[in-house]
Amino acid sequence: MSDRVISVDRTWSFRRFILQWEWMLVLIFIAVNIVGSSLSPYYLNGGTFLTAPMGFLDVAFLVLPMTFVMILGSIDISVGSTAALSAVVMAVSFHAGLPMWLAVIVCLAVATACGLLNGILMVAFKELSSVIITLATMIIYRGIAYIILRDQASGEFPKWYSGVGWGYVAGIPIITLAFVVCAIIFGLVLHATSFGRKVYGMGNNLTASRYSGIRTDSVVVIVFTVTGLMAGITALFLTSRMGSTRPNVALGYELTAIAMTVLGGVSTAGGKGRIIGPVLAVFIIGFLNYGLGLVNIPSQVLLIITGLLLVLSVLVLNIRFSRGHQHSAPTASAPAAARKTPNG
Amino acid sequence: MSEKTALGAVARPGSRSTFRFREVGLLAFIIVICIVVQARNHNFLTLSNITDLLANTAILGILAVGMMMVILTRGIDLSIGATVALSGMVSALTVKAVPSISPIVSVGEGMLVGLVVGAIVGIVIARYNVLPIIATLGFMNVFRGLTYLISGGAWVSSYQMSPGFQAISSGSLFGVGNLILIAVVIYAVFGYFINHTKTGRQFYAVGSNPEAADISGLPRRRIVWLAYTIMGTLAGLCGVLWVSKFASAQSDTATGYELTVIAAAVLGGVSINGGTGTVLGLILGTILLGILNNALPLVNVSAFAQQFIQGAVILAAVLTNVIVKRNSRRHALRKRAI
Repeated sequence: MSDRVISVDRTWSFRRFILQWEWMLVLIFIAVNIVGSSLSPYYLNGGTFLTAPMGFLDVAFLVLPMTFVMILGSIDISVGSTAALSAVVMAVSFHAGLPMWLAVIVCLAVATACGLLNGILMVAFKELSSVIITLATMIIYRGIAYIILRDQASGEFPKWYSGVGWGYVAGIPIITLAFVVCAIIFGLVLHATSFGRKVYGMGNNLTASRYSGIRTDSVVVIVFTVTGLMAGITALFLTSRMGSTRPNVALGYELTAIAMTVLGGVSTAGGKGRIIGPVLAVFIIGFLNYGLGLVNIPSQVLLIITGLLLVLSVLVLNIRFSRGHQHSAPTASAPAAARKTPNG
Repeated sequence: MSEKTALGAVARPGSRSTFRFREVGLLAFIIVICIVVQARNHNFLTLSNITDLLANTAILGILAVGMMMVILTRGIDLSIGATVALSGMVSALTVKAVPSISPIVSVGEGMLVGLVVGAIVGIVIARYNVLPIIATLGFMNVFRGLTYLISGGAWVSSYQMSPGFQAISSGSLFGVGNLILIAVVIYAVFGYFINHTKTGRQFYAVGSNPEAADISGLPRRRIVWLAYTIMGTLAGLCGVLWVSKFASAQSDTATGYELTVIAAAVLGGVSINGGTGTVLGLILGTILLGILNNALPLVNVSAFAQQFIQGAVILAAVLTNVIVKRNSRRHALRKRAI
């Protein structure tokens, strides 16, 4: 572990306030919108800000728990497969005669069970890195989805179910409302509860946290279980919007979610990041995608831009904060930036 | 979450038996699978099937070599699937434009593409301390996007490739397929390099303790950079082999293949915490994955069940390894107590 300095009673300084990564994200977000509206007259008309998020928010439900997982210093690459498996089980149980509301509960239960299994494996085999455990369960979960549904699609859900993904409440899309509610809950838990402080503590120094009496195992299990549950919610909205499901849905969602989380300023070394960053990152990438789509720029260009944005943002963070700290940054796995700015 | 304390234990001579156990265990597992499959389908252990199996595993094996180097330095490379696609597409487009180009030049071209992109990834990680998983995730998108851009989304199909180009993979020398030959040569060179040269041993040193490596004056950053550059070059080579083998270059070639390669390395005992792993283990891990791919269809396991079985085998192998290590450590402690 590294020698991070954490002081609780830091004095407020304008310089530190203005140099926060989140302001950079706000600037990028504004830039994206300026570019978007200059490219197409349709970009900023009326309901864009309400309707466009419907297209990209389903992956955003994974970004919230991924923030917790990565602040812990872990990573979960099984979330895409969990979403696929729970969606497939939901479709199959609906066609086996279950009422739709019960199938939805089954979907969430399966996803939660997947997350719980990840969490149990994590605490039972602490020698193993989370990359390995969730890599294996990623292959297994999608494998089960393929065994259940083979290469078929399953759809024909009741009408009200498609309203979940496409419907509005008081003029606001349900999916946006759900995301805002989830983001507020996750933000409150992370920043205003003792559970959130425990997560930060464990990310900064696991051993010290254990010796301070934190039940570290149960925190890990809870975080991974909730991650599973959120993958189930992603599956609900995704299936509802597409109208059917297949074993290969949500392919690569884990990497998109990780990319957004990292762009949001959460370090995979653990202990650093806030919920607002990843939320901003979701909207940056989402609106970038939306704007480029409007003017028929191929999605491949977006792929390149997203990749460069990800690498450059981390590069900028590292270069800016590592000046004069070259000698104290011996490992590639603990970037200097993590030391200089422990969560604001 | 990884407890770095486990690292100290594996470097000690006391746990040598654990390594042996791992390789013997893998070998035993492979033999059991072979016997079971052979009993149910007599075509499994025939010369032609074994040659097929090895040829189909060669590309995975070559990529696993590079991945082992990267993982030894505590890194990971998620960009290699995209690198394979990019270098394959570049060489295929060149062959399409200039059919008379020599196959050797094509191979060199693919490796050059891989070398360049690997070097860029390496600089970002080694010089600027960007976490490997983040940097390679970003570059994965960049390289994949570039592949789409230069191809315009179109395929290069077999009729647009010269026979010489397709012979890179399908040809043979002294009755042994080129793919197998290339893989054997790479393993021989790599085995010598990692075990018997100074630079090779430095990969282990840098991976098991970066701080100590720095303090002892090892060129840590250069070693890390070298790992990604070699990985990229091998991925470039595999791009050409892949396109030549399947006689088609597509923008989505090898999507997600990086995870299979990581799985092969991990199955072979390369620790994701760095500094641990042997060439023999790597070979066995790769062959085990290859056998699973080849044998399951032969014994009428549904194609849809294969992914699950692969995942279960990987998980079982990794968990068994941990349990065995724990037991051997407990035995060691008990001995010390007496």
